Amino acid sequence: MSEEDDDQPPAAKRPRASPPPDQVLDNVLETVLQFLDSARDRCAASLVCRSWHRAESATRVSVSVRNLLAASPARVARRFPNARHILLKGRPRFADFNLLPPGWAGADFRPWAAAVASSAFPALASFSLKRITVTDHDLHLLSRSLPSSFRDLHLLLCDGFSSAGLASIASHCRGLRVLDVVDCEINDDDDDAVVDWVAAFPPGPTDLESLSFECYARPVSFAALEALVARSPRLTRLGVNEHVSLGQLRRLMAHTPRLTHLGTGAFRLGDGPEDVGLDVEQMASAFASAARNSTLVSLSGFREFEPEYLPAIAAVSVNLTTLDFSYCPVTPDQFIPFVGQCHNLETLYVLDSVRDEGLQATARTCKKLQVLHVLPLNAHEDADELVTEVGLTAIAEGCRELRSTLFFCQSMTNAAVIAVSQNCIDLKVFRLCIMGRHQPDHVTGEPMDEGFGAIVRNCSKLTRLSTSGRLTDRAFEYIGKYAKSLRTLSVAFAGDSDLALQHILQGCSKLEKLEIRDCPFGDAGLLSGLHHFYNMRFLWMSGCNLTLQGCKEVALILPRLVVELINSHPENEKTDAVDILYMYRSLEGPREDVPPFVKIL
Amino acid sequence: MEGGVGYADNCLKATELRLGLPGTSSDDHHLRGKKRAAADDNNASAADEHDAVEAAPPAAKAQVVGWPPVRSYRKSCFQAAAAKTSKPTAVTTTNKVDEPIISKNSAAPAPAAASLVKVSMDGAPYLRKIDLRMYKGYRELREALEAMFSGAAAEVNPSEFAITYQDKDGDLMLVGDVPFDMFTSTCKKLRIMKRSEATGLGSPRQMN
Repeated sequence: MSEEDDDQPPAAKRPRASPPPDQVLDNVLETVLQFLDSARDRCAASLVCRSWHRAESATRVSVSVRNLLAASPARVARRFPNARHILLKGRPRFADFNLLPPGWAGADFRPWAAAVASSAFPALASFSLKRITVTDHDLHLLSRSLPSSFRDLHLLLCDGFSSAGLASIASHCRGLRVLDVVDCEINDDDDDAVVDWVAAFPPGPTDLESLSFECYARPVSFAALEALVARSPRLTRLGVNEHVSLGQLRRLMAHTPRLTHLGTGAFRLGDGPEDVGLDVEQMASAFASAARNSTLVSLSGFREFEPEYLPAIAAVSVNLTTLDFSYCPVTPDQFIPFVGQCHNLETLYVLDSVRDEGLQATARTCKKLQVLHVLPLNAHEDADELVTEVGLTAIAEGCRELRSTLFFCQSMTNAAVIAVSQNCIDLKVFRLCIMGRHQPDHVTGEPMDEGFGAIVRNCSKLTRLSTSGRLTDRAFEYIGKYAKSLRTLSVAFAGDSDLALQHILQGCSKLEKLEIRDCPFGDAGLLSGLHHFYNMRFLWMSGCNLTLQGCKEVALILPRLVVELINSHPENEKTDAVDILYMYRSLEGPREDVPPFVKIL
Repeated sequence: MEGGVGYADNCLKATELRLGLPGTSSDDHHLRGKKRAAADDNNASAADEHDAVEAAPPAAKAQVVGWPPVRSYRKSCFQAAAAKTSKPTAVTTTNKVDEPIISKNSAAPAPAAASLVKVSMDGAPYLRKIDLRMYKGYRELREALEAMFSGAAAEVNPSEFAITYQDKDGDLMLVGDVPFDMFTSTCKKLRIMKRSEATGLGSPRQMN
């Protein structure tokens, strides 16, 4: 490598045969460390000594700030000047469910946009933002100051921007390869102000490899979209929104024969000329062409699907590794014939409309399944029961390679959960959501303790767990005792006393993220975790029995933690009871832009 | 703030739009949960009102904030589809006497996108946004708005407020005049304003 030569200090005298020893060490270190990819390995390497720290920082290419409030952009830029890929995560996850009052303001992208504008990251190639508020102004600034190396923008669960912001990115980021806007809330309220951002891409061939806007609520100009796709020869991932009809989809597919990921939009006939006379056979032949290339492996969308057209995708079913039917309320009759051909499926997202029969069919066919999400069609505690322990047990016994599951149901049995733990021993993520709060095992009437206990006992690789149903302190005793690899735990409406929280905090030595809501845990439970809080990214506790005194004590003993008390019911200001505790470690100390309902201790 | 209200006035009360602290209406917002015997959920409260005038108030199964943990965009996508796949139910009536009787199975298909509208309240520091299609009727909407703004209105008498909206033509209208379905399709923005400013809109009965 020529780098060692380039790093010769200019003042080196000619007669010297080799550079000074520590220079050599740095050069060698940097060269070697470049091969380290894993973030954990890099962190470990950087702690060895100063020169390792220096070398690692200079060569760190992927930087993840998994809590925006933990480190400022200036600090990150100082330490990792050569960062190419930056991942930022903002709001805590419970904000997705409206538990965080609006105006909390702890997830603003603004300082980062400003940092990029002052050339803090000259080698920047990609931004991945999750749960962050990005305004149009931020995107405007970003688009005009990003270095020419910039390629990828991923926005996941973000908000604050509108079509105008997207247009800034489209028009000014030359060489953009990825624009993925996923599950974002886009502010296009004013009919007059909506901008045709798809038309904002400059003319001429683009470098686009991935374009995804399935969550975009407004129609985009199809002519502009088709023209864009037609002049993007590298496009392999396309996710269109629900305003793109079947006929339009067919036209787009004709321009992209080598597509690997397709978000199908509405999957319904529209009113336009592209849909006139379109029948199932024509649609089927479009997918058959895709199947011939064997490139299409992922399907999503189906946002308003017409069941008659579903058979059109049959041709690609055998190639599919990912299928996202989570917006597609298919019935068992519609689903079973299709899934029966999906032998290579590894990731499946469905609604519980497929019922137990659909899950049984999945278990029979999808032997390679690793990720399964079963989401509720009707997300209410009293909704009809569409999937039960029968479906879960079938999946457990049929899909032994399951790694990650998210399962919503109205009630469950310990036996089914135990079956999962015994069959799917490689399970890393188990998220069971029994929508009826405090629901016990509906067959035996017992709490769900034994089921979750079996999961943590048998699935030694478990890193993420979400509990639900009626749980006593015993469940948490099991979790504390056995869940030694657990990094993320979500608990809601569970436990009997502080002992449960104590079990968690004293037992789960690798715990990094803990989110708790509406459990009878008080100050004593909180204080039992003092030894561990610096090892955690954050702790969220809402609707519990914490008081101001307990939280103050934590803040006093652990000064590097930021302890935020968030009040979502300001009229209760007078009491000492804490509504929401959101506590996280940070290098920056308490933030300044705090709204009146937040108190930082 | 009225105290306990008899069922005789419940129809009238249901058409009245007012703000109050949660818990002051006949609904209990902190129910813990057993399943109700009735097959359907959202309309059961209305059915109860008309069926069991003598019985103790069963109250709507009040939605706990953020439970089940499903993003609201997802929840709103499937309201109509959920109605189609659930067991056929008896015809149920809605709260308002003059609203048309709707049965769960004939619910209109949900429009394409979530209809998110901004909600502003005079005197509140920040706006809120709600998805109108998450609510089955004016009563649910009123309750949700009460819950949202009960904090901001702490110092002012909540019955002094009227809920208004801006429709497609840009006109300021009083909420409650038209059938709920029509309202959700024409409403662009919601504004909660002082009753004194809302004179001239709607009938005297609604002004109360």
